[in-house]
Amino acid sequence: MSAELLGQSRGSSHQGDSLFERSILSLAFVPVGLLLLLVALLWYDAWPALARYGVRFFTTNTWDPVFENFGAAAFIYGTVITSLLGLVIATPLAIGAALFLAAYAPEWLQGPVAFTIELLAAIPSIIYGLWGFFVLAPLMRSTVEPFLKETLGAIPILGALFSGPTIGKDLLTAGLILAIMILPTITSISREVIRSVPDNQREGMLGLGATRFEMIRYAVLPYARPGLIGAAILGLARALGETMAVTMVIGNSSTRITPSLFTPGYTLASVIANQFTEADKEIYFSAIVALSLVLLLVSLVLNVMARVLVARTTRGPLGVRN
Amino acid sequence: MPKTSNRLLISLLALVVALVVAACGGGTQPATAPKVTEAPKPAPTMAPAASKPADAPKTTGGGSIGGPFQGEAKQLNGAGATFPAALYSKWFNEYNKVTGVQVNYQSIGSGGGIKGISDATVDFGASDAPMSDEQLKAAKGEVLHIPMALGAVVPTYNMAEVKDVLKFTPDTLAGIFLGDITKWNDAKLVADNPALANINKDIIVIHRSDGSGTTSIWVDYLSTVNQKWAGSVGRGTSVNWPVGLGGKGNEGVAGEVKNNPYSIGYVELIYAIQNKLPAGQVKNKAGKFVTPDLNSVTAAAAGISAKLPADLRFSMVNAEGEASYPIAGATWFLVYKEMPDKAKAVALTRLMWWNIHDAQKLSAELGYAPLPQAMVAKGEEKIKSITTSGQPAFPGK
Repeated sequence: MSAELLGQSRGSSHQGDSLFERSILSLAFVPVGLLLLLVALLWYDAWPALARYGVRFFTTNTWDPVFENFGAAAFIYGTVITSLLGLVIATPLAIGAALFLAAYAPEWLQGPVAFTIELLAAIPSIIYGLWGFFVLAPLMRSTVEPFLKETLGAIPILGALFSGPTIGKDLLTAGLILAIMILPTITSISREVIRSVPDNQREGMLGLGATRFEMIRYAVLPYARPGLIGAAILGLARALGETMAVTMVIGNSSTRITPSLFTPGYTLASVIANQFTEADKEIYFSAIVALSLVLLLVSLVLNVMARVLVARTTRGPLGVRN
Repeated sequence: MPKTSNRLLISLLALVVALVVAACGGGTQPATAPKVTEAPKPAPTMAPAASKPADAPKTTGGGSIGGPFQGEAKQLNGAGATFPAALYSKWFNEYNKVTGVQVNYQSIGSGGGIKGISDATVDFGASDAPMSDEQLKAAKGEVLHIPMALGAVVPTYNMAEVKDVLKFTPDTLAGIFLGDITKWNDAKLVADNPALANINKDIIVIHRSDGSGTTSIWVDYLSTVNQKWAGSVGRGTSVNWPVGLGGKGNEGVAGEVKNNPYSIGYVELIYAIQNKLPAGQVKNKAGKFVTPDLNSVTAAAAGISAKLPADLRFSMVNAEGEASYPIAGATWFLVYKEMPDKAKAVALTRLMWWNIHDAQKLSAELGYAPLPQAMVAKGEEKIKSITTSGQPAFPGK
């Protein structure tokens, strides 16, 4: 009797187990299926434009709904440049802040500052956009950009980045606002990553007579490197897809690609948001859907590149792991 | 200690959030909030000829809409242009009081309105630009254009040094937006505005970044008056701008203009009036510099009334007449001529009849120019031609 009961209960728990396994298996495929459906739908709607323009869609930068010439090069350029600019500005700042919070800050300061940073990450992007529009862009136009033009603009080659009229609505301002927006994301993840470095790593290093800086340099950072790069990738992902805030400060103009960061630009996400509602012609609509496919592709490429980078950097010495 | 700091921070933040929300709430109040609805008279800015239809619907043949009608649908769905959205929401609110019919209008843009009526996913579409021949062919039946209200687009600028209102000609406007005129002290501009002679500054051009009926009217005008524009940029709800920065919406363009000294952009007349933006005068076909206001827009409508095309897909830009403001346009209802659903057909024809008659007196209060008599008459013909299963749909009252 008791053996039977035991057997039964074991049997049913085994059944329950496999049922559970099967259900979570199907759940795991939901995101995969959604992605495939999404790509299929985008592909279907984008096909007329892709078929008609082919490679030209990616290599030319005329976007003319009236005469039906569609080329996305300027938008791809704007997306990549502003996102990378944001990443390059934000990452060192974020890691510096995270290091201070995780390794230097007194206990009573850590909580409030970390809390504030996490709140920053939760601010809706339109608020950053409005601030960028009313505060940052005028400041860039009147003070920062003329200063950059006078100082860095005189240097050969590098100076090309800081030439032309300073309007304040341009790639540089967009990159800056993106940097501000992804800063909290990278900071708070980096802080967690640095905190998760085992104490015996640090203690061992300090035990060897290292200074605090040497401890960070030789024990903490190498151990945390993959996690830090991961944090930067998440920041990049946010920057790539950011729409509203960028739209408000980038100038929304696709007329040309120049090396100057003072050129008004356009990003893929901004074009889609701006022009989708009034895309009344079939081919125009299709071209806009094709843009979203391109955006997906650009994020994919940048993500893969970042992952390769992670793989490369994690191959080296990592400090002593447990 | 961290606990108290946290709590302090949270309460501080709550305060900030509350302030922001309050500020936003204040900002999004429609600028028309101070109600002037009580004034029974149509605004005095209307031309005498145009003020008639609103007051005297009976003289135009058919009855007026006085209450609910047996067997009509109680709900209608429409979508389209954002430009008349404020007007439509006022109209439909009033109409609901008169007849009990609920009209849902989604202001998703003219393109969306055209798409909606083509796919028959809405009962009526609304658009600031008439449908093209191809679009008409792609629809599921014959689509009628019925004009509802008139608007205008005005050049607005940021020029602190010059107190006089700036004057623009077709040549100078096209030149600026083509990027051919790049300085404020360009000889062509100085010819009409001597005060600009000393303004040796680059012109910053601002245009809409989103597709829009406002852009459609603006470039329709530039295409009409300038060969080079017509050939290289053309007409549409969004175009390939040769120069300039894009702002999203009227508020985006106005904001860019305000933020950038020596800039010039274009916004809807209503938006410029409500926000007291500087608006330039534009030289019309008769060679007069005209200030944009409801008067000069209705004058433009009267100017083209004599030669309205049969399908009412007209353009109002560069209209004849001494007082006509040249950069104006209409906004249309798009409906099927044959509507199989009788209840909806009755309700929709009654709604449109009310729109072009009783509702017109609400237009001026909200900054839209009312339709002139000739357009109302043409609209009536169109409404009467609508059928349901082959029978006329409009019950006549």
